[in-house]
Amino acid sequence: MALLTRSELKYLKQNLNRNPNVLEKEIVAAEWSEHCSYKSSKKYIKLFPTKGPRVLVGPGYDAGVLDIGNGYIITIHIESHNHPSAVEPYGGAATGVGGVIRDIISMGTRPIALLNALRFGPIDKNMYQEKSKWLLKNVVRGISDYGNCIGIPTVGGEVEFDKSFNNYCIVDVAAIGHGKKSNLISNRADLGDLIILAGGLTGRDGIHGASFASKKLESENRSAVQIPDPFLEKLLIEATLEAVNKKVIKAIKDLGGGGLSCCLSETSDNLNKGFEVDLDNVHKKYVNMNPTEIMISESQERMLYITEKSMFPKLKNILEKFGIMYSIIGQVKNHRNLVIKNKGVIIAKMPSKLISHAPLLDRKFKIPKYIKKLKRKNEPKKPNDLNKILLKMLSNINIASKKWIFQQYDQEIGLRTVIRPGYSDSAVLRLDNDKFVSLKLDGNSKLCYSDPYQGTLNLLSESCRNVIASGASPVGIVDHLQFGNPNNEDVFWTFRESIRAIVDFSNFNKLPIVGGKVSFYNETEYGQIKPTPVIGMIGLIENEKNIMTQHLEKDQSIFIIGITEENMGGSEYYAEVYDLENGDVPSVNLKHDRIVSKTVMNLIKRGLVNSIHDCSKGGLAITLCEMAMPKKIGLQIYLNKIPNSCNRTDFILFSETSSRFVISTKNPDKLKNYLNKIKGIRFGEIGTSNDSGIIRFYDINDNNKKIINLKMDTIEREYDKINEIMEN
Amino acid sequence: MIKIGIPVFPGSNCDRDVEKVLTTLFKVKTEFLWYNKEKISSDYDAIIIPGGFSFGDRLRSGIIAAHSPIMDEVKRLAKDGIPILGICNGFQILVESELLPGALIKNDSLKFMCKWSKLIVKNNKTPFTNNFKLNQTFSIPIANGEGRYVADKETISNLQKKNQIVFQYQENDNPGGSFESIAGICNEKGNVVGMMPHPERVFEKLLPKMGLPQDALKIFGSLTNYLGKSMILKTKIRRGY
Repeated sequence: MALLTRSELKYLKQNLNRNPNVLEKEIVAAEWSEHCSYKSSKKYIKLFPTKGPRVLVGPGYDAGVLDIGNGYIITIHIESHNHPSAVEPYGGAATGVGGVIRDIISMGTRPIALLNALRFGPIDKNMYQEKSKWLLKNVVRGISDYGNCIGIPTVGGEVEFDKSFNNYCIVDVAAIGHGKKSNLISNRADLGDLIILAGGLTGRDGIHGASFASKKLESENRSAVQIPDPFLEKLLIEATLEAVNKKVIKAIKDLGGGGLSCCLSETSDNLNKGFEVDLDNVHKKYVNMNPTEIMISESQERMLYITEKSMFPKLKNILEKFGIMYSIIGQVKNHRNLVIKNKGVIIAKMPSKLISHAPLLDRKFKIPKYIKKLKRKNEPKKPNDLNKILLKMLSNINIASKKWIFQQYDQEIGLRTVIRPGYSDSAVLRLDNDKFVSLKLDGNSKLCYSDPYQGTLNLLSESCRNVIASGASPVGIVDHLQFGNPNNEDVFWTFRESIRAIVDFSNFNKLPIVGGKVSFYNETEYGQIKPTPVIGMIGLIENEKNIMTQHLEKDQSIFIIGITEENMGGSEYYAEVYDLENGDVPSVNLKHDRIVSKTVMNLIKRGLVNSIHDCSKGGLAITLCEMAMPKKIGLQIYLNKIPNSCNRTDFILFSETSSRFVISTKNPDKLKNYLNKIKGIRFGEIGTSNDSGIIRFYDINDNNKKIINLKMDTIEREYDKINEIMEN
Repeated sequence: MIKIGIPVFPGSNCDRDVEKVLTTLFKVKTEFLWYNKEKISSDYDAIIIPGGFSFGDRLRSGIIAAHSPIMDEVKRLAKDGIPILGICNGFQILVESELLPGALIKNDSLKFMCKWSKLIVKNNKTPFTNNFKLNQTFSIPIANGEGRYVADKETISNLQKKNQIVFQYQENDNPGGSFESIAGICNEKGNVVGMMPHPERVFEKLLPKMGLPQDALKIFGSLTNYLGKSMILKTKIRRGY
C-alpha cells in the first residue's frame, strides 16, 4: 500500500523536524488520503457560499445544521460508499448508510429520514448487464436491511443507469436529522476530560479503507470493505441521544474513513486541545493487533465521546443499559498534540493541526477533446410512430418506475412521512414545530458529461423545482461531487466546471451550501465515470396547505409554465432512441429560472394549483404520463398550445429544457389572470384531464391528427420495466 | 385513566410511534417497559408490543425477545385476560412466546416489502376489532421481511373453527404469501392479538389528502372502547376512530 508521496513526506519531516516513524507515517497517510483531506478539492470548495440566516453550522463538520424556527433545527449530511459497494455491494451500501447516520447523531439530533442516489451500468441491452443487476440487487438489499433495521425511513431517491458505470456503482446516501436547538452538541473539551471509544470492536476490517477509496479501483480489495451491524448502530443511536438529552457528553465524533487516526486528529484539532490516548485500552477484536492496525481500522458502529470525569458514571449507565461496549482510551491535554501510547510508552506524537491539514495540491486541468466533438450537431431522422416512441421512452430504465427499489425500503416508520416515493418530485416529512421539510437528490451524468457547467446548473435548477413542486421553498443545498482520477487533466476540468456552476447558482439564488463531499478516483480498468455531481436540495414548508402531489385528477385544466426549446444534447430521448450523445445541452438562464420558480411558489400559496410535476428527464410527454398514471386519468393535450421554439414534434415531446413545470388546476381563469401579469413568463393551457384513462395528444398543424393515443394499462406495463428485468 | 404498557427490546423501533398515537390521538397513559424488567405492576389495562428488529432479528426474528424477562410478565397478564396486541415484530414475538400458534417466515418474494394493503376483518369480537363491522375492509401499511404466516393443517383448521383469524389480506393481494391470506390472529380467548401490518402508521392527519384513509386507527379505538373509561375517548370514538 503506497503511503505518502515523496513531497508529502518531505513536508512532514520539515514540520516535525525529525523523521516520522512507521506508525506516524500511517496515521498521516490515512488523514492525508484524498478521501479524508480533500487535498485536490479544498481550494475549490472554499469558494462555496456557506452563510445564510438559517445556517448554524456549515460544511466541514459531521453534518450541516439549519435553524427552522421555534427552537428546532434540522441537520443534514451526504456520503458516498462507491468503492466498497463496487466490490461488496451489500456490505458497502449498508455501511454507507451507517456512516451517514452516525454523522447526524454526532450533532445531537435524531435521524428522521434517509435518501439515496444510486448509479449502475445498464441492467438491460448491455454486455455487463448481469453484473449490474447483481450490484443493484445487493446495494438495494444492503440499504434496505440496514435502514429498516435501525428504524429510519428511506423516503426518496434517484437512480441512473449509464455505460460509464459498468462494473462499478455510485452509492450516495443522505440523511436528515431533527432535534431541539438546545441539544445541539457544542463540541468543547477541557483539560482532564475523558476520551471514550464506544461501540463495535476494533478489528481488521476496513484497514486502509480511506486509501482504498483514494485510488482507482483495480483489485477487489475485500478486506478494505467494512462489515455492517445495524443492530449495534440502532443501540448507538438510542444511547447517544439519551446521553445528549441528559447532557452528559461534551463532544461527539463518529469513526468513519481513516478510523481512529482521522477521528482523533480532527477532533483534537477542532477542539484546539491535545489528546493522549493509550491503544492498549481500546476494546479489540483480536488481541494481537498492532498499533498501526488499531489506528487505521475502519471497523463500523464506533463513536468517540468526550465527557467530564464527574459525568462519566451517568454515561456509563446509559452505555451499559444498551449493552454497548466502551473503553476509556485517553484524556484531554492542554498541549495541541496527538500523543499515542501503547501500554504507557509513547509511540507517536505529532501536532494535531499538522495531521489534519494535508498540504494542498494544485491540479492541472484542460478542456477535454470530446467536449468539442459532442457539440457537433447530428440531427437524427424523424420518427413515424410517436406512440411507439413514447412507450419506448417509458420503458427506458432511466425513466421507468423505481417501485421495485423503493418498495424494499421502510418509508413510513417514525410517523413523519407525508409524501412518500411516487407521490411528488420530492419527499416531505413532518417536523416537531408543525413545519415540513422537503428533500430531493438529483444527478444527471449524461448532461454533466456533455457540459459539466450547464449540466450542473440543470441539476441545481431541477432540484429546486423538485422541492418547489412539493410546496416548499428551497433553503439550502448539499452536494456530492463524484469524478474520476484528479490526475487526469480532463477530469479535473470537469470538476472545476461543476464547482463554477454551484458557486454561480448558489450566489445568484442566495442558497447556502450547508454540506458536501468530494469523491475522486471513480474509475475502473474500463475508464473514468462520467462527471457525477449529485445535488441535494432542502426545502421548508411553513403551511401544510401548500403540500402538493403530482397525482392528477379528472376535469382539470393543464398548464405548462416555461418555454420548450430544442436542446436535445444529453437527453434521454437521444440516448434511448438514437444512441446519440451529440448536441447542445439545455442551458439554464438563472434570471428566467428564478422568475419561473418564484411564480410557481406564489401560485401554490394562492391555492391555484391542484397537482404539479417538474418537467425534466424524458421531457413533457413523460411528465404528463407520470401525472396521469397514479389515478388512471385520461388526457387531451394540444401540441400547438405549448410555448416552444422547436422544429420537430418529437422534440416538443421529449426536450429536457430546464425551468418548466406542468400544473393542473380547477381555476384556469384565475391562474391565467395571475400569470398574465408576470413579466418574463411564458405559459400555455395545453389541455384537460378526463376519466377515460386514455392519453391523447393532438397536432392541429397536422390535420388535428392524434399523434399519441395510448391506453393507461399499456403505459403502465411499459413503465414497470425495472420490475420485469429484476424479477426475471 | 387508561394505562398501556409498551415493552421495548434492544432493536425495537416502532415503540415511540405506538406511544405517539396512543398519547396524542387517544389521550391514554403509556409506559415503556425495558426488556429486562422482571416484575411489572398489575395495573396495566393493555400491553402493545411494537414492531422493529428486536435483538437485530438474530437467530430468528422475535425469538430472543420471547425469552427475555419482560415476556414472562406479559404471559402472566395474558393469562389474566388483559388485552395484548403484537404489531409486526410484536406479532413475531407473540408467536415465538407461544402466546399465539404458528410461525412467521420470510416473505415468498424473499424481500422486505413496504406498501399499503387492504385487510378484511374476520373477527370483530376482540378488544382490538370491536369498532369494525364484520368483513369490513380497510387500508393499512405493511413493512416487513418475514411476514408470511404459516402453520400446520391442524392449527389452521383450529384457527378457522375457533374464529381466531382476525385479519385477512384481500384475495389478490397477499403480500408475503401467508397461508389462508392471514394478516392477524388471536388466541382462543381473543385477548391476545398479533398482526403484521402497522395500524400506528396511519397517524398522519394529511394521509387522507394523499388519498389514504385512516380507518386502521379503529384498532386502537376498539381498545379504548373496550376499556371504555375516559370521557375524552368517547369524543374520539365519535370522530370515527
